[in-house]
Amino acid sequence: MSAILPADTSPPLAIAPPSGLRRAWACAPRGLPVLAILALGYGLVPALASPYWLDAILIPFLALSLAGVGLNLLTGYAGQLSLGTAAFMAVGAFATYNFHLRIPGIPLLASMALGGLCATAVGLLFGLPSLRLRGFYLAVSTLAAQFFVQWMLTRFGWFTNHSSSGVIDAPELRIGPWVFDTPVARYLFALTVVALLSAAAWRLVSTRTGQHFVAVRDNELAARVIGIPVLRTKLLAFAVSSFIVGVAGVLWAFVYLRTVEPAGFNLDRSFQILFIVILGGLGTIRGAFFGAALIVVLPLLLSRLGSWALGGMFDSGVLEMSQRIALGLLIIGFLIAEPEGLTALWARARHALARRLGIARFH
Amino acid sequence: MRLLRSLRTAAVAATVALSGLAAHADEQFFPLQSYRVGPYAAGGTGFFGGFIDYLNLVNLRDGGVGGVKLTWAEGETQYEVERGVEVYERFKTRPGIAAWNPLSVGIAYAMLDRVTADKVPLITINHGRTDTTDGRVFKYVFPLLLNPYSETSGIVNYIAGKEGGAEKLKGKKIVVLYHGSPYGKETIPIYELLAKQYGFTLQQIEVPHPGNEQQSQWLAIRRAKPDYVVLRGWGVMNPVALKTAQKTGFPAERIVGNVWSNSEEDVIPAGDAAKGYTAITTVAAGTHYPVLQDIQKTVYAAGKGNLEDPKRIGSVYHNLGVLNGILNVEAVRIAQARFGKRTLTGDEVRWGFENLRIDEARAAALGAKGLFHSIHVTWENHEGDGRVAFQQWDGRQWKVVSDWIAPDWKLLRPLIEKSSEAYAKEKKLVVRKRIED
Repeated sequence: MSAILPADTSPPLAIAPPSGLRRAWACAPRGLPVLAILALGYGLVPALASPYWLDAILIPFLALSLAGVGLNLLTGYAGQLSLGTAAFMAVGAFATYNFHLRIPGIPLLASMALGGLCATAVGLLFGLPSLRLRGFYLAVSTLAAQFFVQWMLTRFGWFTNHSSSGVIDAPELRIGPWVFDTPVARYLFALTVVALLSAAAWRLVSTRTGQHFVAVRDNELAARVIGIPVLRTKLLAFAVSSFIVGVAGVLWAFVYLRTVEPAGFNLDRSFQILFIVILGGLGTIRGAFFGAALIVVLPLLLSRLGSWALGGMFDSGVLEMSQRIALGLLIIGFLIAEPEGLTALWARARHALARRLGIARFH
Repeated sequence: MRLLRSLRTAAVAATVALSGLAAHADEQFFPLQSYRVGPYAAGGTGFFGGFIDYLNLVNLRDGGVGGVKLTWAEGETQYEVERGVEVYERFKTRPGIAAWNPLSVGIAYAMLDRVTADKVPLITINHGRTDTTDGRVFKYVFPLLLNPYSETSGIVNYIAGKEGGAEKLKGKKIVVLYHGSPYGKETIPIYELLAKQYGFTLQQIEVPHPGNEQQSQWLAIRRAKPDYVVLRGWGVMNPVALKTAQKTGFPAERIVGNVWSNSEEDVIPAGDAAKGYTAITTVAAGTHYPVLQDIQKTVYAAGKGNLEDPKRIGSVYHNLGVLNGILNVEAVRIAQARFGKRTLTGDEVRWGFENLRIDEARAAALGAKGLFHSIHVTWENHEGDGRVAFQQWDGRQWKVVSDWIAPDWKLLRPLIEKSSEAYAKEKKLVVRKRIED
């Protein structure tokens, strides 16, 4: 894992030739592409996307991206392997539901924040073994979180407000006078939450704390020697990561599915998010978005292509199986071609474009 | 870079595929959230196979319903909620949707608000959320024939009958082994209530999804020494339960299966261990009903049958799919009689379901005499007073061992109304006073 450095830490290279467009490129603030993406996300997408794209593709993409960002802080930056991501999502979703249910008149954002804090608490608890365990051993101990949380939510009816089936309805998405009940509104809600938390994560990794994360990941002993508080750094990574993952769980349950059931946050979901992070690129914020795009959108595209090309010939089960095989092959091929994830591919594409434009580096 | 380019090509092709949906006149569309892979594929292939076979039969034999052709498209869900939601969002804009039939409690829960907003009926035959029986609150949801509470009442009545009367239940011990899913948990409170009412001791034990490991559960059962075990299973959980019961020495004659533990796929893999096992059903197995004969003659002979293995024709799941087809098609027919022979809106089909009455004579006319008993849905009662029967596996086939008996609806209705009214209050819904509301 130590071979993977965050893309943002690569040293700036030569300066572009000082004239015209090129200078503008070179002097453009680092945040320019982010602003462009936000403009796209807030302007173009709601205007063009159909309700299907918003409700069935973009909202789950956003929720899983956010979970990926959270896990990437923990696994990609701080080097702590976790298989309990879905459990922290579940804690976030169920805690938010209960705060919203049991405290009359509480604003949704407040119950979301409290739900995130509950996930933080549980994350800290299950992060404690990280003080002694590393790598796969730690992964196994976070697996305990996965099973414990699911058991707890199904065992005690209080968490589901004694709903007999264990499934609860998500409350209305309302902030002050605004109700988010159309696909576009729900999408914008999710986008805003994801953008804010991703920005916070992005900011965090460029601070001293973020450097501590990387130092602990790359060589724990060396970090300890140069005076980095290793234990505190690890717990902080668990805390921040669980908060973000918890809020992602709220988005997944409240904004996407609009129903909350413990089985929806099983081990498969934890693996899915781990794959998002690995495929997207460990130790980058944007990697989570690339990975989520691949994991959420590609199977759908394959499925639609499959049923469009061969729909009449096979039943949906055969198609489903062949899509899984195709997806698996794609992922294997992709990881061989680009083991450092989609982010590295993106960086290469960027540099190739820059070379063509004659710019040494642009963002 | 080549990867990026091919991705882009794929995206363009997908967009083309998406936009290729053209509207057709006089077609009624059934979106199917089916599952043909995953741990519940046996149920999915049988049920959706039977459903499609019946729709095909109506098209081939009668030219559709009132001249309106029936169409359908499948989206694979693997019984997973998120995939079911994706399929819902994918198909919901198609024209002329008649009804949704997800065959999954989890997916149905996620669709409650959506179908209400989109004004399309949601059918959960033999399962679903119990309080959706109350049509005053759940206008668009129909747990047709049997809701989980009726099923529970039917099973307890059957056990009482075997013991020689309800008063004999006192002091008996019943263990309910349930599937760890929204579906499995739905009956927990009603079993507790009936245990109190009849004075039997109750223990409810969960089997985590999908249920292919039950050693510890059956050890607990062995310790508890119950008089009966009710198997509230689904998919692979059922044969595993029967086999493990045999291993721990619990007789199959004392296991009563619920309505999703009653198929050939549940007992055949268990082999000997299933002999003597009894299960509740709303639909009889067998191919000797005229409608099944028609399906074989018209659909399978033309090479349009949906089941890969024609031996499964007439199995419980297949027949349930056929029956589900009958109920859906009759609702469309009834709605057409009022609104005209054309493509109906979801809300018009909902009216059809709320007037869905099939007595024994009508069932016979549809070629389904003996396949099921009758149904009488009203705007208030979305279950429709379905009757149940009990069938025993003799090692080769299911044999019906009871009459078509009625669950204790009078006992259940106040519980259902209490729950649905609480839901209406929580969601700030207006309780309907008549069918027009």
